[in-house]
Amino acid sequence: MTITMNQLNRRNFLLRAGTGLSAAWVSANWPALLSAATHAHEAAKAATPPKFEFFTPEEAAEIEAITARIIPTDDTPGAREAGVVYFIDRGLVTFAADDHKTYREGLPELQARVSEMFPSVPKFSGLSTEQQDAVLHSFDENAVAGQGPRLARPGAQNFFETLQQHAIAGFLVDPDYGGNHDGVGWKVIGREREHMFQAPFGYYDRDYPGWEAAMKEAAKK
Amino acid sequence: MTVDQPKYKTSDEVDFAIIGSGAAGGILAKELSTNGFRVVVLEQGPYLTEADFTHNEIEVFAQNKLTNHPELQPNTFRKTPDEKAKTQRALMYGRCVGGTSVHFTANFWRFHEIDFMERSKIGPIAGTGFTDWPITYADLEPYYTKVEWEIGVSGLAGASPFDPPRSKPYPMPPLPVKSSGVIFERAARKLGWHPYPAPMAILSQPRPGRSACVNCGFCLGFGCEVGAKSSSLATAIRIAEKTGRCEIRPNSYVHRIETDDKGRAVGAAYFDEKRNTHLQKAKAVIVCANGAETPRLLLLSANKQFPNGLANSSGIVGKYLMFNTYTPVFGVYEHPLNEYKGYAVSRVLHDFYELDPQKMGFYGGGGLDARIDFTPIGFAMGCLPPGTPRWGKDFKAALAHDFTRTMEVSTHGTSLPLESNSFSLDPELKDAWGLPALRMTYKDHPDDLKFTNWLIERAKEVHEAAGAQKKWSYPAREQQFGVHLLGTCRMGNDPKTSVINADHRTHDVKNLFLCDGSSLVTSGRGQPTMTIEALAFRAADRITALAKRGEISA
Repeated sequence: MTITMNQLNRRNFLLRAGTGLSAAWVSANWPALLSAATHAHEAAKAATPPKFEFFTPEEAAEIEAITARIIPTDDTPGAREAGVVYFIDRGLVTFAADDHKTYREGLPELQARVSEMFPSVPKFSGLSTEQQDAVLHSFDENAVAGQGPRLARPGAQNFFETLQQHAIAGFLVDPDYGGNHDGVGWKVIGREREHMFQAPFGYYDRDYPGWEAAMKEAAKK
Repeated sequence: MTVDQPKYKTSDEVDFAIIGSGAAGGILAKELSTNGFRVVVLEQGPYLTEADFTHNEIEVFAQNKLTNHPELQPNTFRKTPDEKAKTQRALMYGRCVGGTSVHFTANFWRFHEIDFMERSKIGPIAGTGFTDWPITYADLEPYYTKVEWEIGVSGLAGASPFDPPRSKPYPMPPLPVKSSGVIFERAARKLGWHPYPAPMAILSQPRPGRSACVNCGFCLGFGCEVGAKSSSLATAIRIAEKTGRCEIRPNSYVHRIETDDKGRAVGAAYFDEKRNTHLQKAKAVIVCANGAETPRLLLLSANKQFPNGLANSSGIVGKYLMFNTYTPVFGVYEHPLNEYKGYAVSRVLHDFYELDPQKMGFYGGGGLDARIDFTPIGFAMGCLPPGTPRWGKDFKAALAHDFTRTMEVSTHGTSLPLESNSFSLDPELKDAWGLPALRMTYKDHPDDLKFTNWLIERAKEVHEAAGAQKKWSYPAREQQFGVHLLGTCRMGNDPKTSVINADHRTHDVKNLFLCDGSSLVTSGRGQPTMTIEALAFRAADRITALAKRGEISA
């Protein structure tokens, strides 16, 4: 059982947002860690080829494996192809110590969970994708008894939620700003990578006859 | 920043010190400098220009490049005055030259006649400060027209049967309709309602030095890189600077209005970028710092003569805060709409602007519009249907399918003025400059929520009539976050129950004027900026007349 968008909304947005989920509220309450991206952008301009600066290569492999389950690669690119792990790494190098803690403590917690659930496999990245999903599902707070381990580890849970949000940001941020490598995230969601657009914009306005004609059409009916 | 700007010394007593350069401050600066006065505009934020505006969601949303910063300027929140307020980000406003008009969505509805005299029409509402304005729609109409023509508003006059009378058509046609607008228009007509092209403060045709909208899709939250959004930055401030009489002084955080022993304002004390303090002397002070910071500044300016804060003999500075209500009702359609292209709103309807509280069983009025105002990351975090997994294959599939196919029918409505809803000074929390932080107290009137829930049902009917594959929303809840910051220094004729008179002059301090969202007496139906700007044009006329008659100085 996964935590659904519904519950995410309720918890993270609606309880505090009031009469509705407002774009303004969302924008005012982004996870602070996302602030990393501009720094990431600077780092991206300076550092060629990309090198990990916060994560050890081993840690980076784990982070990449986790984010690859959050936004998996199937017939279209996922977090891996978007370079999400680089986005997060660069962000952490240039950002607050608080956020370091989330990752520094979260990764070992996750490893501990892996050892509990799959004692024969040393690392998350060594699990099969099904096993990886099972580990991540175990962090979902509404997991029902009998459907998997339900272990209370608030720190790690926070870590997984943080990672989810960072994976999304790294996947969809404007490619000029250090994630969404080559715009693959936008390709997946169908966003053309243009700086300006002209009407018609979509399917429904393509055949719009104009205001006057539409009025007349409506009057006939 | 143009070379034409004068540099006034702080010891140089200018005619007007204007605090805040947003929707109201920018227009007052333009009008008063054009009328021959020497003006200094003190803006707490930086002077950014088109070259500084990007499509970077993280810079804009997470780093608050254009807005008040929750760490430098924290605030507290509580629902009712008997609670202890907790630190929690409860408001957002533009903090840069041009203020909130730089990053807003640019919906530019006029208020209607009813908004100014509804109390007389429907009677009192128990427990509220619901009252008439001291001015009418007719008083403001010429200034609405002025806003449309001077700053640039796109729209179609006569397209809505509910529109109030107007003296002139819009200066330019509506922006091109979006797919959400076509869906909304057809469905609403089917329901017998009257959708029409949304009036937007975004150019559909170029103007000197400004491009028409290029439909980049980064509107709400972002500064416009081509000057198509009619912010104060792109419009009034440019003209003010060209007069050679107006200095825009950014990074100037005013924390106190000083008064002399006669109880007159003598100038504005502010921190510069390095946190050195200065006192800009002025013959008169006009505060346009928004509905949160304007009352805060008056409260921060308390002294022996004004122990409850400046211009606060009524005791209501900061009170009667109103937000408007807003709820998105999402729908997913079969084919791509590509709402990520273009500005936010292309169709709106006002069939429910004025309702009979007797028949409804509650007070309220509002509008519906068609839009999406989430950029990609925000969309992925908040706009997928209930029940969608939040990670993994199915999350990705939903995101990939829905991003181009989702639109909102949004509800916009009234907030009743309650004395207990307010901005005040937090007794404990300080900002990064050591000043008392804002404390917000807010709990929606039950009718505001009832009306919103009723309007949500109408929005669902639009999606239903349009044949949406999925539709969903959440019930109205009490708000804990505001961007429309209205009513906190309300206008009125009685000094006991209002802070400013119909000329925007404070009842208590003869050469102190306030003009911004705080001046509003009622909330309107959801889009206040147009009215704030019309008030600013009108205030400039009133203040100019007073100054020319010698009624401001001494």
